[in-house]
Amino acid sequence: MRKLALGVEAAGLLAIFWSFLAGDARYAAFGVGAALLAAAAAIGWRGERRSLPRFWLWFASLAAYAFLYIPLAIVVIFSFNDSKLNAEWVGFTLDWYHRLAANESMLQAAANSLAIALLASSIATVLGTMAGIAMHRFRPRLLPFLVFTPVAMPEILLGVSLLIFFLNSAKPLLAPVGIEFDLGLLTVILAHITFSIGFVAIIVRARLAGMDDSIFEAARDLGATPWQSFRLVTFPLVLPGIIAGALMAFTLSIDDFVITFFTVGVGTKTLPLEIYTMIKVAVTPEVNAISTLLMLLTLAMIVIAGRVAPDALRAKA
Amino acid sequence: MPLLDIRNVTRRFGALAAVDNVSLTIEAGEFFTLLGPSGCGKTTLLRMIAGFDLPDAGAILLDGRDLADTPPEKRPIHTVFQSYALFPHMTVAQNVAFPLKMAGKPPAEIGTKLKEALAQVHLEDKGDQYPHELSGGQKQRVALARALVNRPRVLLLDEPLGALDAKLREEMQIELIGLQREVGVTFVFVTHAQAEALALSHRIAVMNAGRIEQLDEPSKIYGFPKNRFVADFIGHCNMLEAAVIEASPHGLRLDVKGLGEVSAPAAERARARSAGVLAIRPEQVRIAAADTAHELANRFAGRVQDFLYVGDVTTYLVELANGARLEALLANSAPGRARFFEVGEPVEVAWRRDAGVFLPD
Amino acid sequence: MATSRAAGRTRWLVTGPPFVFLVLFFLVPALIMVVASFRYPGDFGGLAPLAPAKPGEEAGLTLDNYRMFFSDWIYFQIFLKSFGVAAITTLVCLIIAYPLAALIARSPKRHRDLMVLLCVLPFASNFLVRVYAWMIMLGPFDLLFSQFAVLAGMVYVHLPFMILPLYTNLEKHDPMLLDAAQDLGANGWQRFWRVTFPLSAPGVFAGSALVFIPVLGMFAIPEILGGIGDWLVGNMIKEAFLGVRDWPFGSMLSLMLTVCVLAIAGVATWLARRGVAGA
Repeated sequence: MRKLALGVEAAGLLAIFWSFLAGDARYAAFGVGAALLAAAAAIGWRGERRSLPRFWLWFASLAAYAFLYIPLAIVVIFSFNDSKLNAEWVGFTLDWYHRLAANESMLQAAANSLAIALLASSIATVLGTMAGIAMHRFRPRLLPFLVFTPVAMPEILLGVSLLIFFLNSAKPLLAPVGIEFDLGLLTVILAHITFSIGFVAIIVRARLAGMDDSIFEAARDLGATPWQSFRLVTFPLVLPGIIAGALMAFTLSIDDFVITFFTVGVGTKTLPLEIYTMIKVAVTPEVNAISTLLMLLTLAMIVIAGRVAPDALRAKA
Repeated sequence: MPLLDIRNVTRRFGALAAVDNVSLTIEAGEFFTLLGPSGCGKTTLLRMIAGFDLPDAGAILLDGRDLADTPPEKRPIHTVFQSYALFPHMTVAQNVAFPLKMAGKPPAEIGTKLKEALAQVHLEDKGDQYPHELSGGQKQRVALARALVNRPRVLLLDEPLGALDAKLREEMQIELIGLQREVGVTFVFVTHAQAEALALSHRIAVMNAGRIEQLDEPSKIYGFPKNRFVADFIGHCNMLEAAVIEASPHGLRLDVKGLGEVSAPAAERARARSAGVLAIRPEQVRIAAADTAHELANRFAGRVQDFLYVGDVTTYLVELANGARLEALLANSAPGRARFFEVGEPVEVAWRRDAGVFLPD
Repeated sequence: MATSRAAGRTRWLVTGPPFVFLVLFFLVPALIMVVASFRYPGDFGGLAPLAPAKPGEEAGLTLDNYRMFFSDWIYFQIFLKSFGVAAITTLVCLIIAYPLAALIARSPKRHRDLMVLLCVLPFASNFLVRVYAWMIMLGPFDLLFSQFAVLAGMVYVHLPFMILPLYTNLEKHDPMLLDAAQDLGANGWQRFWRVTFPLSAPGVFAGSALVFIPVLGMFAIPEILGGIGDWLVGNMIKEAFLGVRDWPFGSMLSLMLTVCVLAIAGVATWLARRGVAGA
């Protein structure tokens, strides 16, 4: 029956997965063959006509999920691999994690990333919340464009324009005043805030849109001044959205590569940049180890955000 | 001095006047209703009284004082919103106590007034529940208690019963009347349901396209509509095109299209040859078997075209000899449909001379 | 609100700060970049000054950069290649994402959140990690540093952006519509092609825009997974700014990219509106 065919497909996908671990293409061939067999069986089976479309849905979805997770699983598994090459499984070890802990450069980069993320996400949350409330309540004409374009455009454009701005305009403008302005932590933070505002604003606005607007009028009607109305009614109700937005901004900042790449200058390192250097210069499973840790961190953030404001994440699209 | 004095208030949105030069006064202790179809301006007017909108022209005075510079939170006027607008993150008790807290009342006073308010709407044991745990009718009552707890000068109600099912709606209507009497607060009620307005109000202002068509007691609005709109909007009404043959202080002789000559009571502005509409309520039209002896002034013969049985009454659609069609209401005083008249049966309809109202164009 | 003066003040208090920040750090840099595309490169990289400091120095505004772009066929080629890569990536993402989104939309409500979470979790990993994963997988099979590797990386990184909008749209479909279609004689394929797919058009356009536009600007994936001949627009821009340090040229390229992105966004919006009405 259908379930058997899906089982064969799952086995085939596992074989494909194993082929990467063993570095052997034969498993991949076997896996693909099994999947094709399952598909053929489904077509040939004369069973219930009604569930055929549903079978294909499951078949394709299983393949899609496997496609999503196999690469990441390989990264994680190889982080425990007792071999310098990411080619085949040799044995279990925690060596790479130990080396990571001793890696000064990596630790500095991690500290930088954390500091940047905390500062950038806090400020972006405040500004983004204001923007979200403003767009919902007052419907301004120019603000939505300013808020959403950094989110929609390819990151490289923002990175590049900020590079020019910081070095060609800000630096010479501030020099006569005695401020030695240069690319570094500050510029990265400013850049991160710029593109994070949009995400927070989207989430906050979505949360407001899902609420009955007359609640805010009711507060005023019953005697609350605008500030009291905000403090006692608006803020508590929007808070889950604000928290979700803050977590999203934090995650985006920790993970950001492109914009940081252009605005960081020389001498400062963040985690993604460090990973980039390692990938290009000397690939060792240390990269796997730091990747695994990073995955766990952002995973925790997303799960928390999902608990606090589940509807807000869906509105992102 | 009237409690609420609305003087020549106009509010425009672009080229459209949502409220067009409206003037009316509301007395203390009244149950006053703004009645009209959607878009007639009743809600806009209500929001201006509450302070969420400012008039473009005219003034709104409370106790003789112009409210123009007073923001909503400073006006002694509270609103019951159509969607109830209960604060979802506060309990019922916290919701109802909110106005008292905003007014800075001491905790002891808040406690007593809160208990009293919840008792008044029969929700004494629901204090610790959250709005999402309540039924529609219960939410309604919390909204009422919250708006009344610190005895505002005026309570505004914006179609509060709209979301309730028919039976609950009728029950709440009765409760509202009782509550208003008990508390003595002036109610300004907005609705498009004319039966509801007739049942609840001391006085009704019928609004249409930003203007007041008629302002009067319910019985006068129903029995003596001033124009075609009011007659048509309130209840069911037979409307027949008519022209005046002869007008005198004692009465009118009308030539009604599809009917013939009809006598009606005198009407202002009616002169010989004025055109207009003769309005007769279906319950005023007596229906009887053909050739029954009638003492009523206006009597015509016809045939039953259709009928509508709704349990307590039956409405007959009668086609008359000269082409006009009339609705006649007959109470079903015997159980089951009183098998009075069938489709196609010849009947006679009649009404008292003063049952018809002539409304000149 | 009642006193419009107070309401106006609140409005500026709330709208002001984000507005000022974004004008300063988004709008102004963007405008500077537009102007930069018309300037000369500086002696040591960067930009030449607007007013000549030394006589004979190149300064002021020029159309040189644009002339360079339109005179050499290779720049067009790279832009076209980028469009091609973006198009293929979008199509492959659509084919992979659609069944998954459809399955989640049809699943019982209690399962849906978990299934969506499972789709979003890979997105939780760092972008570079996802690229690195493909480095590991393709290495032993000798497929690294090829066009295929770049495409695989692009698809993998952007897949979640296609799944979410599609799912959001498909979730809203009324199952009664399909019942009605079946009742009127449509078989499985016809039901999909004539009812489900047209109704999902807004989601398809949204997801496609969310994939196509970022892919256009990517440089890291071609750099890490691709060979020397796989350069895309993003690589050119990066090289211009950080390699050769010809900022005006890089600005001009960025402007070209922006124009393309705006055009795509405009077409997507137009198609989305038309798709709903025309279907």
